[in-house]
Amino acid sequence: MNAQVPTYNLSIYVANRPGALARIAQTFSRRGFNIESLVVSPGATGDFSRMTITAKGDKAGLEQIIMQCSKLVDVLACREHTDEEVVARELALVKVAVDAAQRGEVLQIADHFRAKTVDLAEHSIVLEATGSSEKLDAMVDLLRKFKIIELVRTGKVIMARGERET
Amino acid sequence: MSENQMNGAEALIQSLEKVGIEIGFGIPGGSAIPIYDALYKVRRKMKFVLVRHEQNAAHEADGYARATGKPAAVLVTSGPGATNTVTGIMTAYMDSIPMIVVTGQSVRGMLGKDAFQEADVFNLTMPIVKHSYLLKNANEIPRVVKEAYHIATTGRPGPVLIDVPKDVGTEPCTVGLEAEISLPGYKPEPKGYGPETIQQIADALAQSKRPVIIAGHGAVLARAEKELRQLAETLQAPVTTTLLGKGVFPDSHKLSLHGLGMHGTAYANRAIVECDLMLSVGARLDDRILGIPSEFCKHATKIHVDVDAAEFGKLVMPDIRCRGDAKAVLQDLLPLVKRADTDDWLKQIEGFKKKWPMGYAKKGGLHPPQVVDALNKLTGGKAIMTTDVGQHQMWAWQFYHCEKPWQFISSGGAGTMGFGLPAAIGAQFGRPGETVIAIVGDGGFQMTMSELATAAIHKLPVKIILMNNHYLGMVRQWQDMFYDERYSGVDLEGNPDFVELAKAYGILGLNLKRAADIPKVLKKALDHPGPALVNVEVVHHEEVYPMVPPGKTLAETVLCHPRRKPGRPAGRKNAPAKPGAKKA
Repeated sequence: MNAQVPTYNLSIYVANRPGALARIAQTFSRRGFNIESLVVSPGATGDFSRMTITAKGDKAGLEQIIMQCSKLVDVLACREHTDEEVVARELALVKVAVDAAQRGEVLQIADHFRAKTVDLAEHSIVLEATGSSEKLDAMVDLLRKFKIIELVRTGKVIMARGERET
Repeated sequence: MSENQMNGAEALIQSLEKVGIEIGFGIPGGSAIPIYDALYKVRRKMKFVLVRHEQNAAHEADGYARATGKPAAVLVTSGPGATNTVTGIMTAYMDSIPMIVVTGQSVRGMLGKDAFQEADVFNLTMPIVKHSYLLKNANEIPRVVKEAYHIATTGRPGPVLIDVPKDVGTEPCTVGLEAEISLPGYKPEPKGYGPETIQQIADALAQSKRPVIIAGHGAVLARAEKELRQLAETLQAPVTTTLLGKGVFPDSHKLSLHGLGMHGTAYANRAIVECDLMLSVGARLDDRILGIPSEFCKHATKIHVDVDAAEFGKLVMPDIRCRGDAKAVLQDLLPLVKRADTDDWLKQIEGFKKKWPMGYAKKGGLHPPQVVDALNKLTGGKAIMTTDVGQHQMWAWQFYHCEKPWQFISSGGAGTMGFGLPAAIGAQFGRPGETVIAIVGDGGFQMTMSELATAAIHKLPVKIILMNNHYLGMVRQWQDMFYDERYSGVDLEGNPDFVELAKAYGILGLNLKRAADIPKVLKKALDHPGPALVNVEVVHHEEVYPMVPPGKTLAETVLCHPRRKPGRPAGRKNAPAKPGAKKA
């Protein structure tokens, strides 16, 4: 995907029924939208799920996707949110190969990004960081100086600020 | 038997009857035996029709719905039984036809284990259904059937599939048939608009000097024909109908422009080019009517009325969008509408009609439009017409004149060849006293002709008018016009003797080979009390015109073959004749 293609935040509130995720995923794939991240979690009540999708594509295509998703029988709401309208968070776990000599610098980076050490072994360290996706990108970039053994990110979750509905 | 003792399959059949399903089409198989056993044991009112291929079951349910407005059930088995329905489901989905498709499935414990005749039908059909269910237990059945019917028939209608594992059909259903539906996300919204939108439309109409109304299938499905006519007459605005909108505005009305688009009339297309306002009522503005989407009504105010919000801006960005049922919208709009100042416009349109009238060749063999025209006269425009897909479909659309909706039944969005005969059978079951005519081509007919058996067994008086040009004619037309006559894969050599074929099923078969015999042979078929097939040996080479060539605008509608036009310089291939420029 071209770096110029904009990224959108979508929040979908959906009845917790079999096939709901597949239907939504199909709606994106059929229109050539690339899903960057997808988080599915239980809603405030058990019968509903919240999906947060970060996707790339053109604006006209996005409008179609929002309408097509809204039309799905299981979908209660499908909304796009700009970065300014929402609180956005993501969590990352990064396993870095370090020996005793390098550990200090890694911990310094972790400290700067308020990451926690959640596992420490002789030749590796696992950091847990939370924050905006951009902050996590920055931390991971700095850690690339060392050998990153594994990287797991949850994908972005968002919530609308103030009284607005997500 | 009390309700508490029924099994899942019995609950299914009883629930289908309870929601109002009057007829089912299908073929049983291993996984569907419990369902068929229930049909045998507990069916009371619902009629059942055994077909010869599952695709036809779906088309018959489709034809039934298009003739009556009521959904029918399709009852098939797992695996190939279910996958055979896919073309039929897609045909219904593309044209917004309500339908309940019940597929048998392997027992729950075998799902995903490649069991005999197991296919993941729930996922296979996901993009071509309005909604679907894979049943987990028998107690869900009464609720699921009620929801399926509700979803299929409300808002923008469509097919709903219920996949029934065999052991869900055999386990007890203990909840009774009363069920509450639970669809928190479903919002059909027949009135998804406010009074300000209606006022906006009324204001735009009042200012327009050259309005055109496009009426589509949504106007048919909403039963808005009366309101539409009232709107057109009050405004004094011309109306063009899409393929699926045919009949929702009378073809004989002086404000009718007939069809538009790729094979629409030149005067309808010209009116679209010249209009200053386009009001679409229940048409989805698809690629077959637009020419080049970005050029469509480029300088006109575009108003789009549709019950499905996802249609807005798909290909044409409307200036005013109004989400709602066509009837509800027009009812709210009518009190605000006054006669518009369209006298000059209507005169101009009369000029278009005189300049570019619809016509067809009458000499040098038998021409399909002649046959359609004769059918029109013999039936007084009152028959229910079904078609396959291709040249004959376009000729039927152009030359059969309908005064009412629910009368012209054709696969529009999907363009499914083979649709005509099974759709006619479904329509005839739905409207038993009426004349049902399937106009088919020799290509499409051979895809579903096994349904001759169904017509024969049920003594359905459907009339099959087979336009036999021994070609896949529409593809040949494109190869002729745009591929330098490289006829690839279109010669249907080896066609059977269709008259003998009909006779083999006990169906009246007639040949029609000379133009002079048209009334006599057609009348004989129409007067015959049972099914009849007329093999019409039409000229082998004939093209459908007018035509908007692919990649051209409606302003570039072609009226005749660019290379065969008498008096045209040779070698001017594909030169589009612009209406407005000198015409044939």
